[in-house]
Amino acid sequence: MATDMTTMTKDTILRVEHLSMRFGGLMAIDDFSFEAKRGEITALIGPNGAGKTTVFNCITGFYKPTMGMLTLHRSNGREFLLERLRDFEINKVAGVARTFQNIRLFSGLTVLENLLVAQHNVLMKASGYTILGLLGLPTYKNAAKAAIEKAEYWLDKADLTDRADDPAGDLSYGAQRRLEIARAMCTGPELLCLDEPAAGLNPKESLTLNALLRGIRDEGTSLLLIEHDMSVVMEISDHVVVLEYGQKISDGTPDHVKNDPRVIAAYLGVEDDEVEEIEEKLDKGIIEEGSV
Amino acid sequence: MATVSETVPNNVMAKAIKEGIFAGVIAFLMFSLFVGIETYQDINNQLVWRTRWGLLAVFVAVAAVGRFMTVAFIKPHLDRRKLAKAKAGILEISEEKSFFHRHFLKFALVFLLIYPFLSLLIVGKQGSLKYVDNFGIQILIYVMLAWGLNIVVGLAGLLDLGYVAFYAVGAYSYALLSSYFGFSFWLLLPMSGILAALWGVILGFPVLRLRGDYLAIVTLAFGEIIRLVLINWTDVTKGTFGISGIAKASFFGIWSFDTGSPNNFVKAWGLSASSVYYKIFLFYIILALCMLTAYVTIRLRRMPIGRAWEALREDEIACRSLGINTVTTKLTAFATGAMFGGFAGSFFATRQGFVSPESFVFLESAVILAIVVLGGMGSLTGIAIAAVIMVGGTEILREMSFLKIIFGPDFTPELYRMLLFGLAMIIVMLFKPRGFVGSREPTAFLKERKAISGSFTKEGHG
Repeated sequence: MATDMTTMTKDTILRVEHLSMRFGGLMAIDDFSFEAKRGEITALIGPNGAGKTTVFNCITGFYKPTMGMLTLHRSNGREFLLERLRDFEINKVAGVARTFQNIRLFSGLTVLENLLVAQHNVLMKASGYTILGLLGLPTYKNAAKAAIEKAEYWLDKADLTDRADDPAGDLSYGAQRRLEIARAMCTGPELLCLDEPAAGLNPKESLTLNALLRGIRDEGTSLLLIEHDMSVVMEISDHVVVLEYGQKISDGTPDHVKNDPRVIAAYLGVEDDEVEEIEEKLDKGIIEEGSV
Repeated sequence: MATVSETVPNNVMAKAIKEGIFAGVIAFLMFSLFVGIETYQDINNQLVWRTRWGLLAVFVAVAAVGRFMTVAFIKPHLDRRKLAKAKAGILEISEEKSFFHRHFLKFALVFLLIYPFLSLLIVGKQGSLKYVDNFGIQILIYVMLAWGLNIVVGLAGLLDLGYVAFYAVGAYSYALLSSYFGFSFWLLLPMSGILAALWGVILGFPVLRLRGDYLAIVTLAFGEIIRLVLINWTDVTKGTFGISGIAKASFFGIWSFDTGSPNNFVKAWGLSASSVYYKIFLFYIILALCMLTAYVTIRLRRMPIGRAWEALREDEIACRSLGINTVTTKLTAFATGAMFGGFAGSFFATRQGFVSPESFVFLESAVILAIVVLGGMGSLTGIAIAAVIMVGGTEILREMSFLKIIFGPDFTPELYRMLLFGLAMIIVMLFKPRGFVGSREPTAFLKERKAISGSFTKEGHG
């Protein structure tokens, strides 16, 4: 059983193959492939304009990719091709939830209501698509109670219990970020995609966020995150993929990526001829990727 | 300290005089042609003009003195009161609500239940006809329509300018099916609702991918299409002549309100002949329909579908990322709103006994939407109050014959209805930009139910 579990946790949850996305004449993503493992935190990093958010939007159904295949493997063995699902089905059927770079909360609803909206599909079924619920049947009442309990669980995790009855728009920035993550988790996803969760957070808030994300991973949800803040990425991720100008330039453990000359070049910036020099060396096999 | 309190009023006085004069000048410029000069046709049918300097002077004086008083006395007074309140630490939310305020809804419901008998008691059979029919039923029809539209506009945030189309579908469904096939009101009432909901879905499918202004324009066009079909499809709808002699509603099939019928309600109960009994009966039907609308809306808000509607109003993209099918969610909002419009329509047909396309013009849609906006989008209480003011207000203007004493014998207050209406709306929107009830009641809570300020809720964009 134990060995089963380890093989289970190490299999692939998301496989992206030959993903390309073209906007008119611009090739935003060019033949990009990577895998995210189940039970891991996979980080997608890269300089501004590298195409990280575009990859995210392809995975979560907001863009239809020009080319490529996005396969999601659920733990029950079912597979879904994300590029063929309709936008809302990616969450409902495939179990992929996401947050947004510019927070998108339901600001006029309370914090609790935000978390209840996230459980829409479960509650909808329990209420017999509204008809049975309108008649006041106990199935719906029980489901509604369970939904509130689930919301309370995530409120506690996100440290928002005291603010449960306040409008979401009234929360501080950091709290709004945590609420958005909690809301995404209330949909019961297998893969949680976070678009720059640490943007705009102070160091203390960043630490609590790290703890929250680790907690989510340890409960069995895989994470895929875009992040600029290297301290967050190196701290929590198990696997890092680096993107530059729509192409993958590095893929591996945080330590591997940290020492990759191409990544250093992309982040710190070097002279053009120096990049060519390094690439030449790489091609000739004089230095190995990630060995520097 | 003493110098400050002395100098401030001086400043205020100077400012007040300046602003008063300024307001007077503006008023003079604006009204000099509108009010100062009047055109009329003389005996030779020629258009000639005369001046009305006296009236113009009254207008200018009212503007100037009004502005002066506002700046010099009213505003400082309000500021002082606000300051005193802030000093004493009284927040608006912490103020204890009065007994009447807290039990307002119960009072309102009891009043509505006894209203027909109250008017019978006070003004007698013939007099109460006006109060039950023109005020009671008329207002309640609009309350129901506005509550129906509230589901679409207030909850789901979809701007619908053609809501009257569903009202028309309901009215014509009843009128046609009852005159061609002789079905009864109680069978056709749900049927009209279902037909209207069906039309809501038919309209919804193609247009719900549109958002904001585009959606508003298409719904506006849809309202006009329905009306034009009713006018031009003369074989079935008799065009502009309309359909008359629509069957009255029966007392649940037990008694009839037709005078010739053997089981006539009035005869069966041994009452003296009067149409007021039928009107009272209709009053209770529409009251029950309104209560049904309110009950369903309140229940739906606490259901996943109602929360999804409100979430849709707040942020559609976030909804999709949470696995909510926005197309079906919008369609259900459209269909539910249309259904209540259909109910109201079939009730309208049986009450009037006559329907024609005249009753379903764009102005009706605009009035219903204005009621929703004025009342506060999403708030049932606010909308009901707005309907009483908007519809009751226009009815009352017909009664204001005493205004003739002030403005002269050829003053007809009815003609100024729309002007006063617009003025009232501007004033309300200035002081209560979110409508009478701008706050939102949460649908679920952990510890305490706090009203959510209107500044957090969004109006929707699609």
